[in-house]
Amino acid sequence: MIMYITKRAMQVMVNSLLTMLFISCLACTQDEQNEEDVIKDPAPVRIDLPSNFPPVVYDLGSNPVTQEGIELGKKIFYDTRLSRNNTISCGFCHQQQTAFTHHGHDVSHGIDDKLGRRNSLPIQNLLFYKTFFWDGGVHNLDLVALNAITNAVEMDENVPHILAKLENDAAYKKMFKAAFKSEEITSTKFLQALSQFLATMISANSTYDMYIRKERGVTLSESELKGLELFKQKCAGCHATDLFTDQTYRNNGFSSPADLGRDSGREEITLNPEDRGKFKVPSLRNVEYTAPYMHNGKLQTLEEVLNFYSSGVHETPTLDSLLRSEEKPGIQLTATEKQNIIAFLKTLTDEQYVGDRKFSEF
Amino acid sequence: MKTIYLINIILLSFLMMSCSDDDVTPGEKGSIVIEFDNRVGNTNLELYKDYINTNGETFNLTKLHYYISNIELRDINGKAFKVPQDSSYFLILEDDPESQKVRINNIPSGSYNEVTFTIGVDSLRSTMDISKRTGVLDPAQPQDGMYWSWNSGYIFFKMEGISPSAPADQENKFYYHIGGFGGYNSPTLNNIRKATISMGSARAEVKSGKVPQLHLHVDILQFFTPSITIAEHPNVMFADFSKTISANYVNMFKYDHVHN
Ligand code: HEC
Ligand code: HEC
Repeated sequence: MIMYITKRAMQVMVNSLLTMLFISCLACTQDEQNEEDVIKDPAPVRIDLPSNFPPVVYDLGSNPVTQEGIELGKKIFYDTRLSRNNTISCGFCHQQQTAFTHHGHDVSHGIDDKLGRRNSLPIQNLLFYKTFFWDGGVHNLDLVALNAITNAVEMDENVPHILAKLENDAAYKKMFKAAFKSEEITSTKFLQALSQFLATMISANSTYDMYIRKERGVTLSESELKGLELFKQKCAGCHATDLFTDQTYRNNGFSSPADLGRDSGREEITLNPEDRGKFKVPSLRNVEYTAPYMHNGKLQTLEEVLNFYSSGVHETPTLDSLLRSEEKPGIQLTATEKQNIIAFLKTLTDEQYVGDRKFSEF
Repeated sequence: MKTIYLINIILLSFLMMSCSDDDVTPGEKGSIVIEFDNRVGNTNLELYKDYINTNGETFNLTKLHYYISNIELRDINGKAFKVPQDSSYFLILEDDPESQKVRINNIPSGSYNEVTFTIGVDSLRSTMDISKRTGVLDPAQPQDGMYWSWNSGYIFFKMEGISPSAPADQENKFYYHIGGFGGYNSPTLNNIRKATISMGSARAEVKSGKVPQLHLHVDILQFFTPSITIAEHPNVMFADFSKTISANYVNMFKYDHVHN
């Protein structure tokens, strides 16, 4: 490039050098004036990754997590101004005491009491997910918020409006500046701050985790251990790894033919009829808290879930082959086996997570 | 320290500016403006005005938006100039005349007679980190809703309007929201279409100090030709049939004239 500099360019350069000198003088005086106003670098935060988890998917390099970024993200998460009429925050449908699900609601309950058609998913361990939502329609953590924000029955808002609301709030300006070293509020920063907060929401301190990582001498009861064995044989084909999901989309036979007409799941994203009735295999962490169950929230208890697997599986064309291996579609289980599995599932409860003040609104 | 840092930044940015500015390096680089002139057959398109499509249906448009990206120019010797990826995304809005004039800078001077572009946004960019998707590509700034947030991806082409042929129970409105970059982790709808437009014997003479204006006609009637009726398809969004539509609309773009 430099090779092509002509006389004219030289002239421009000389001019620019002069201008530059002038500007830098200005900058000097500015510097002195606002000595105490010097913007500090936000404090980097290292996220502790549980040793029993699969690798991180989210690109932390593109959005380095900082203390100030997390604080800003948390404020955004709990801010009702994210909705059209300033009534609903992310935290409204994702409540901490139920592992960030919407307790007491089978399907989403949003703005103006409008109902969606799917059960809210817990917010936990998002850093490790390749895709989001029951149908996997969103493929990057930075984009998850847009779904709820723009959905007409959830928040019914849009980001430019939200940013305009936040611009009028001096507290936000300060926090954006602290997190990103400039007061300017942009959609990218808004989403990145939210992602930073979401990225820290890791649930990995259940009884099961302590047992598997051999921490604090934690052991499982006989019933829990039997449940774990059964789980490995019968459930871990889909609820795999220590995230308890293999992150694929499968039809576990929950949808009846009529249900498929209302919600065909993954097929809505791929337009592939072979994906009809397939949903993301959900993680079972904190499953004790995340009732009701399944994509449409039709099951209330874990007993109902296991009864469904043993005697309620619908044999629709896309039913997963793992549920066709026995004489009758489904998973045959005795009453005791069911109890043992449930006992095991409850070892996935992470009290620390649902009580952690780091994530709570107040 | 800080001041030195500042000086460096300023010096650098001035250096960069002086190198890239098109009239500072005569004979080397030039610019072109490509104008997307939306039309209905032989007349200029106006929103809210009634027209008749090739299937005899009366209609008007209330909205017409589309993305143009990955522009490439070819000169008479067949030499191609690719607009750098980071500055090759444009959103054409019928209600914003400025948006219809796409200016490209830093083109090696020469006689150009062909232009190629994508209608939509390529899959690579569609899945990039959000910090690399600002401006018209910002998924959070719904440039009048050109992004599907439930199914991460851009709407490439959006056309809405009113026609007596559209169902009365949706107030005679029709909606075409066409997108689909091929899928992130499972293959799905792909509506990425490329148009290549030859200027025939005409030339856009790119050189410093002059900005040729390449004028393209974008004829909405081609959208319906052949055989897409509003009556049969009043709403097309994320569905297989949208491929038929994008196969039609890629033919809307025609060379009209060039001013040198
Ligand atoms: C009106 C209730 C509601 C609000 C408000 C809401 N969500 Fe959700 N959220 C849901 C429901 C329901 C689902 C599952 C929907 C689906 O999969 O189709 C979900 C799913 C998610 C998921 C996917 C989790 C996974 O494992 O795939 C994330 C992440 C999420 N929400 C984050 C947010 C954020 C961030 C906000 C605020 C911007 C928010 N939600 C606001 C109801 C809500
Ligand atoms: C073929 C794969 C597969 C197998 C095997 C399987 N599941 Fe599932 N499981 C799924 C899918 C897919 C869903 C979500 C289905 C839906 O919502 O329609 C699910 C949902 C669940 C839920 C509800 C979770 C929630 O948050 O709503 C529980 C609990 C559950 N499974 C437990 C089990 C247990 C226990 C076993 C073994 C006895 C098992 N699953 C075996 C695929 C499987």
